[in-house]
Amino acid sequence: MDGAMLPDAKIRTESGTESGPRGPGCSLRHFACEQNLLSRPDGSASFLQGDTSVLAGVYGPAEVKVSKEIFNKATLEVILRPKIGLPGVAEKSRERLIRNTCEAVVLGTLHPRTSITVVLQVVSDAGSLLACCLNAACMALVDAGVPMRALFCGVTCALNSDGTLVLDPTAKQEKEARAILTFALDSVERKLLMSTTKGLYSDAEVPVWRWGEGQIPPGCEVLLGPCKVEGEPLPYVPSVCKRHFQT
Amino acid sequence: MKETPLSNCERRFLLRAIEEKKRLDGRQTYDYRNIKISFGTDYGCCIVELGKTRVLGQVSCELVSPKLNRATEGILFFNLELSQMAAPAFEPGRQSDLLVKLNRLLERCLRNSKCIDTESLCVVAGEKVWQIRVDLHLLNHDGNIIDAASIAAIVALCHFRRPDVSVQGDEVTLYTPEERDPVPLSIHHMPICVSFAFFQQGTYLLVDPNEREERVMDGLLVIAMNKHREICTIQSSGGIMLLKDQVLRCSKIAGVKVLEITELIQKALENDQKVRKEGGKFGFAESIASQRITAFKMEKAPIDTSDVEEKAEEIIAEAEPPSEVVSNPVLWTPGTAQIGEGIENSWGDLEDSEKEEDDEDGTDEAIILDSIKMDTGVEVSNIGSQDAPIVLSDSEEEEMIILEPDKNPKKIRTQTISAKQEKAPSKKPVKKRKKKRAAN
Repeated sequence: MDGAMLPDAKIRTESGTESGPRGPGCSLRHFACEQNLLSRPDGSASFLQGDTSVLAGVYGPAEVKVSKEIFNKATLEVILRPKIGLPGVAEKSRERLIRNTCEAVVLGTLHPRTSITVVLQVVSDAGSLLACCLNAACMALVDAGVPMRALFCGVTCALNSDGTLVLDPTAKQEKEARAILTFALDSVERKLLMSTTKGLYSDAEVPVWRWGEGQIPPGCEVLLGPCKVEGEPLPYVPSVCKRHFQT
Repeated sequence: MKETPLSNCERRFLLRAIEEKKRLDGRQTYDYRNIKISFGTDYGCCIVELGKTRVLGQVSCELVSPKLNRATEGILFFNLELSQMAAPAFEPGRQSDLLVKLNRLLERCLRNSKCIDTESLCVVAGEKVWQIRVDLHLLNHDGNIIDAASIAAIVALCHFRRPDVSVQGDEVTLYTPEERDPVPLSIHHMPICVSFAFFQQGTYLLVDPNEREERVMDGLLVIAMNKHREICTIQSSGGIMLLKDQVLRCSKIAGVKVLEITELIQKALENDQKVRKEGGKFGFAESIASQRITAFKMEKAPIDTSDVEEKAEEIIAEAEPPSEVVSNPVLWTPGTAQIGEGIENSWGDLEDSEKEEDDEDGTDEAIILDSIKMDTGVEVSNIGSQDAPIVLSDSEEEEMIILEPDKNPKKIRTQTISAKQEKAPSKKPVKKRKKKRAAN
């Protein structure tokens, strides 16, 4: 993988394989993104975090079924497709989380009586799948040119039995963890958009609820790095979008 | 979301281009689009790109009890999904006709051709066998789904490794990849589908049709073949009648294409294996280059544009200069004005022609007689030619009529129209036969 992708030198680069211990837990795996790789959807993006990979396609604003029409805003639909077998309850629950996150940032009132459809396809799951889905959805929405109040990013943390926090865990780390927490943060106010947790933890262990007040976990600075366009400072934009704006 | 309908204009344009042996992407009749195969980090995971058509394939396995009538055979299961990502018209959770047709064809191509040794998937006869499941997801639909899906399926099956098992007495032990290296499936041969699209009742043929071409095609012939030139499945759909030698010609083309694709697949598999063995980097992450982060790429179609300018100039030079526009309006009566060349309105002449003939009998008799004579002459020659191989072309007919004395151009025009109408039914079959001959 390429080191040039990461603007922050502090972040450790890691090989494509999931071996090798990662530093102090507060670093993310390599991430990469490709936009506009599909010809049929209005916007598409593939997002990779380590070996986890999700492909997203966005249609919209487009014609909506009468039964789903909302008279004062766009209908947002999220479809998540697993790699093996048919979508089940787990997918439905994730779809809902992603939809709620998108709804919080997408300016649906600008396109009433239309539909915005986000289709997500899991390409490979090696941990932190929901976070990767969120990031892919955001990049695809950007590519489709859907008006948004802010951008968002997803981060998964794993809380180990000894109380240490691991950001962006691999599948193995997820399995060993005592609790897994996934958050979505927006780029303008840097507030929490969505959170979901699994497992046992206490407030004191996770400084999560302070994130809502503008504090971001150290590793996430990479995802929500400040960005400039021709000298003009932009609101906080996930740094993967950076090149998009600079080029 | 509904599929955007194809306009008549675009349909005619596409068909015309096919008649002129041209394809919009610059390919030749028998050319395939570029095929790209990339592998994921897991075993049995691949993405196949056929031009812009993309299919994700994933093979998985499970220990299950066998079917009662096949106690010693493993189970193969294929599932192609048309995700809404591929095209807006594909609705989630609905079994469309297209989906059923494609799944059935895949099963016939891969299961019924016995390309996978199902007996080697048996662990304990009558109790435990491997069930191999092949999931295929269409990610982007740009035509020829079946070829891309069949390539993805066979590539994923070749790439897949199942966990090793050992049987001691009644005990079945399953080994993790760390304990024992997973084992590949035993594959006898690699069947690959090749699609042929037919246009104008089988007159024109194209290999690997893209989405636009699929929309205007009359029929589709799919031939599944392996590199030993053994036909595994053949299916003709769309209701076209094909001649024997057309099918034979297609099978010959399929043989060549299958050989090329098989070589490509083997090369891709070898590459991946080599990289894995050497402990290098692999997986989809490797297929994204660093500068591709937000790359908007547009592939170039190789089109010969060397003498386009001269040709265009030639056409401009040969063309007649545009007629001068009469700009000052003519006032007939107060309140009405006319702009244009001042020719009498000829709308509805067809119905009035009989009446006019009666009115003008005296003056134009000779001309009318002449033209009728000419018309019948043409007709006779036409009738005679129905059985004979030599046929007058459309243009010749029209020229003959235009040769008439042009004292009364309007009159003659109506005549020719009525003559054409009479001739129309007799003209059609002749034309068709001629085209077929040209194709053969």
